[in-house]
Amino acid sequence: MVGLVVVSHSPKIVEGIKDLALQMIPEEIPLALSGGTSDGRLGTDFQRILTAINQVYSEDGVLILYDLGSALMSAEMAKESLPPEKQQNISILKVPIVEGAVTAAVEISLGKDMNSIINAFKEAGLEKSF
Amino acid sequence: MLSASDVIYVLEKMGTVIAENKEYLTELDSAIGDADHGINMTKGFDAVKSKLEDIKQKNIDNIGEILKITGMTLVSTVGGAAGPLYGTAFMKAALAVMGKTEVDIRDFQNIMEGALAGVKMRGKAEISDKTMVDALEPAVNILRESKDKELNEIELLNNVRLAALQGMEYTKGIQARKGRASYLGARSIGHQDPGATSSYLLLNTIYQTVEEIKGKDINGG
Ligand SMILES: [Mg+2]
Repeated sequence: MVGLVVVSHSPKIVEGIKDLALQMIPEEIPLALSGGTSDGRLGTDFQRILTAINQVYSEDGVLILYDLGSALMSAEMAKESLPPEKQQNISILKVPIVEGAVTAAVEISLGKDMNSIINAFKEAGLEKSF
Repeated sequence: MLSASDVIYVLEKMGTVIAENKEYLTELDSAIGDADHGINMTKGFDAVKSKLEDIKQKNIDNIGEILKITGMTLVSTVGGAAGPLYGTAFMKAALAVMGKTEVDIRDFQNIMEGALAGVKMRGKAEISDKTMVDALEPAVNILRESKDKELNEIELLNNVRLAALQGMEYTKGIQARKGRASYLGARSIGHQDPGATSSYLLLNTIYQTVEEIKGKDINGG
């Protein structure tokens, strides 16, 4: 199963996203959250993201969804700190975090691989655009 | 030439200056961001200070290693966008002087080239986006242009920090295109960028501290 990591500046956002995603699926999936910093501030924490990735990592890959700018930067740094053979299985995707997480949770619970999940995002028109 | 212990002293001074400017930086960030830059930077540099104590105890004199530890500490402790940005800056700077126990002004240029490239890579920002880059890039340009000029180190470091100061002030008049302030659109105009300000403060600290160190050298103390 693909692992899903949800990264937000706010612990409340990731908890809410988890609630919404789990509503849609019959059983648990490899899902890890990183909301806020380890000392309780709003923000993102490289170490927490890394821990979350490792919690759900398998060779099927890990999908990371994030909210605002520094969440992306921290997620990239967490990915870069892993050995290259793990890095290649990790995708950080620019999609709306709530819809993306719900879509991904459903696809993951259906046993879909990373490419199918990315296709599901495209079909749903979820790629973030500016 | 600066020794590893001089570099450690400069990094400690950076922590002091950031702490002294904690409220100022947070105030700038409250105008156009999320009001945490001073708090976050102080958290980060406080953590760096305790790492520097470790470094001193272990007698680490590899300046690249010292900068790398500084960068890694900032990444894990700052919390805001400044964590990955300054963290990457110090970690890329570290690569330029890995294994060196002394650095001269050309090493400093390489450090700054690495830092600037790191910040631009991580933040995908360019000049005039109203970010740290607006202070850092003009500073690096001064070092690039200085190659054929007859300037002593202190004069050059002074010019470097003045270029950063000018870049910092330039951010007041422009609209943010990166970071939290970019959500404000044109309302970000008229406010000085907190990231450019902390970058200037760090470069100003380098100038002041090196001047202090060199002053001591000349006076035999
Ligand atoms: Mg901020």
